Amino acid sequence: MRAFASIALLAALLAPSIAFAVTPDEMLKDPALEARARDLSRELRCMVCQNQSIDDSEAPLAKDLRLLVRERLTKGDSDKQVLDFLVARYGEFVLLKPPFERNTLLLWGLTPLALIAGMIGLIIAARRRPGSAAQPAALSESEQRRLAALVEAEAPKH
Amino acid sequence: MIPELGHYALVLALALGLVQSIVPVIGARRHDVALMRLGSSTAVMQFAFVALSFLALTICYVTSDFSVASVFENSHSMMPLIYKITSVWGNHEGSMLLWVLILSLFGAMVALFGNNLPDTLKANVLAVQSWIATAFYLFILLTSNPFLRLTPAPLEGRDLNPILQDIGLAIHPPLLYLGYVGFSIAFSFAIAALIEGRIDAAWARWVRPWTLAAWMCLTVGVAMGSYWAYYELGWGGFWFWDPVENASLMPWLAGTALLHSAVVMEKRNALKIWTLLLAILTFSLSLVGTFLVRSGVLTSVHTFASDPARGVFILAILVLFIGGGLSLFAWRAPMLKQGGLFAPISREGALVFNNLFLTTACLTVFVGTLYPLALEAFTGEKISVGAPFFNLTFAPLFIPLMFAVPFGPLLAWKRGDILGVAQRLMAAMGAGLVAIAAGFAIAGATSVLAPFGIGLAFFVMAGALTDLVERTGLFRMPIETVRQRARGLPRSTWGTAVAHFGIAMTLLGIVCQTWASERIVALSPKQSVELSGYDFSFDGMVQHAGPNYSELAAKFTVREGGVAIGMMEPSKRSFASRNTTTTEAALMSRGASQLYLSLGDTNPDGSIAIRIYHKPMVLLIWLGAVVMMLGGALSLSDRRLRIGAPKPAAKQAAANLQPAE
Repeated sequence: MRAFASIALLAALLAPSIAFAVTPDEMLKDPALEARARDLSRELRCMVCQNQSIDDSEAPLAKDLRLLVRERLTKGDSDKQVLDFLVARYGEFVLLKPPFERNTLLLWGLTPLALIAGMIGLIIAARRRPGSAAQPAALSESEQRRLAALVEAEAPKH
Repeated sequence: MIPELGHYALVLALALGLVQSIVPVIGARRHDVALMRLGSSTAVMQFAFVALSFLALTICYVTSDFSVASVFENSHSMMPLIYKITSVWGNHEGSMLLWVLILSLFGAMVALFGNNLPDTLKANVLAVQSWIATAFYLFILLTSNPFLRLTPAPLEGRDLNPILQDIGLAIHPPLLYLGYVGFSIAFSFAIAALIEGRIDAAWARWVRPWTLAAWMCLTVGVAMGSYWAYYELGWGGFWFWDPVENASLMPWLAGTALLHSAVVMEKRNALKIWTLLLAILTFSLSLVGTFLVRSGVLTSVHTFASDPARGVFILAILVLFIGGGLSLFAWRAPMLKQGGLFAPISREGALVFNNLFLTTACLTVFVGTLYPLALEAFTGEKISVGAPFFNLTFAPLFIPLMFAVPFGPLLAWKRGDILGVAQRLMAAMGAGLVAIAAGFAIAGATSVLAPFGIGLAFFVMAGALTDLVERTGLFRMPIETVRQRARGLPRSTWGTAVAHFGIAMTLLGIVCQTWASERIVALSPKQSVELSGYDFSFDGMVQHAGPNYSELAAKFTVREGGVAIGMMEPSKRSFASRNTTTTEAALMSRGASQLYLSLGDTNPDGSIAIRIYHKPMVLLIWLGAVVMMLGGALSLSDRRLRIGAPKPAAKQAAANLQPAE
């Protein structure tokens, strides 16, 4: 047990300590610019990780990207210019929120479409059941006439 | 010997499963009571054999029998006993065995407690349950045998993935599986109803307790997973929209919808076909969840299986049950009788609204999770769909849904008066408006939307209380009458109010994270840093040795207004057996808020990078889920849902005590 613990300790000291998502040294002096950098980082995917933004990721590539974003921002790029620059370099895969385009039509469109279709379907279903408990539908003109005729036809018998 | 016993017990369970898949169905067709009743005995026996098999595997883990491949891969002799046990399901093979254990447990429970079910329905339900079980027994035995032996046996195991060596993970998968698998009962009932071609309000009464129980477990399971990710992954986030998280969120959304539509069916005999469809979809999504996680189709932090043969097998199970279930639905559902008419503005209407938004929200998550896979498969293009997408599409659906929550329980069945309800909710709306004003007053204009979120949460909480206040006659009647009425109120009414209060708490917790503050700094010993009125001074580093890891911890003294309020010790653990390091964040709760400290790199000059968060009201996110579960438990304890239907006389007495609904 003791031997094991000391080996473990040794290994811990020798093993390179894991990197840390955003490290203090990479942060920008200007708080406004740094805040923009953080916001942008959350929109960008770390491409070697599964579903992590570069803001969360500890991978070296994510660090490079974070530095790159900050570099562009200090050079005066707008947020959009930074994103465009990264898309040009790495493709749309880098964006965690894909743009609305031909190949993402269904991705963006399906939800509102389903909601609207659901609503229309419900309205039609509600209309198609005029006998619903809510509004016993008033008799139409022809029904009124038929009712009157029936009443009249029945009347002489009594 | 023990692994072989476990393996053999599983084979026997498979044999019983095959019998139970066929015989009761024949019995139901021929109205042969003996054949039908066979299903009940085999269901209990199945559970006994799977439990035996699970026990055998647990013994292998506890005794560190490294001749078993799965134990060798995922355990270590130095591990504390609790993690030896939890590593039984901390790997692919064992977790599938847990899956079938819970599946057979539910089957046995239907067999034992379903005495008031009609014989044919019970026989069909047990048969369908057994189809699912048989498919998964085959899956385990053919592709993921947990009892595989190694010769020669290794001396030491490879240890459980350190990130999984955590108490949160001890309870997370079993709860999640209880939820996933619990929905299989709703599925089996739906398929049995379609086979029989008959469905009525009684069906909903039988299905609802099972769905409710499954939903409760899933609610806490999802929350547990979220809390685990919060403190273990060291990023301080509580929901990452990771595909694996989404896999558990989808059945939750569909299950919540199912719970609400089953109420309509039970009370008003309406929405029958829709409820059937939801029952099928909810379990289908549970299967999709299992597929996504188990097949390794999405590799993420949670995934520990990545063998294509398994993926194809689970996909086949998926296609068989979802495709089969939906085809049967398409074929038989039009033959079922519709019933129960209602006006659009009514309790039923409100529940339909709930269902529309919940299923659409579920669709959003489904599309967002699977779209990148589908796009890549069909066109080869790679895109990413992450948190920014889900936040943008999910929130607009949940806001109107939450706004409608207080209205639902106050509306009358059949035909409601929305203006009257709005009037009765005046006080609740007032509470919401005050909360919005308070939000702006306290936080200023840092975020325009967040105060409205706070207002919405308070509106829903106050709305849930309004329902109770009205029904008990609080503030209007003498206290003795109020007490009597409160006692006479159906437990399900209490349950509804409590659960709605819970979801509002969760919402409040989430919205408050807008004001979370963060600091990332490098500190040398004796230096200190301030955040949100708290002062953190770094006292130095200490070393600890754990049973199977070594730990490097940083000691911090936390002060508020110059007064020390406690110590925090974030650490890093190094696991030699896997050569990995985990970050253990230090948490300190201040009411419902938390201080969160996590460690980064040590610099050559002796300073250390740290990340400090102040997370206001963050605990509400998970407490809300616990409250939701309590609401479910209250509702489950309702005499009307209790197993063994109430006798007419008792029902009459209860009805007299209840105020009009």
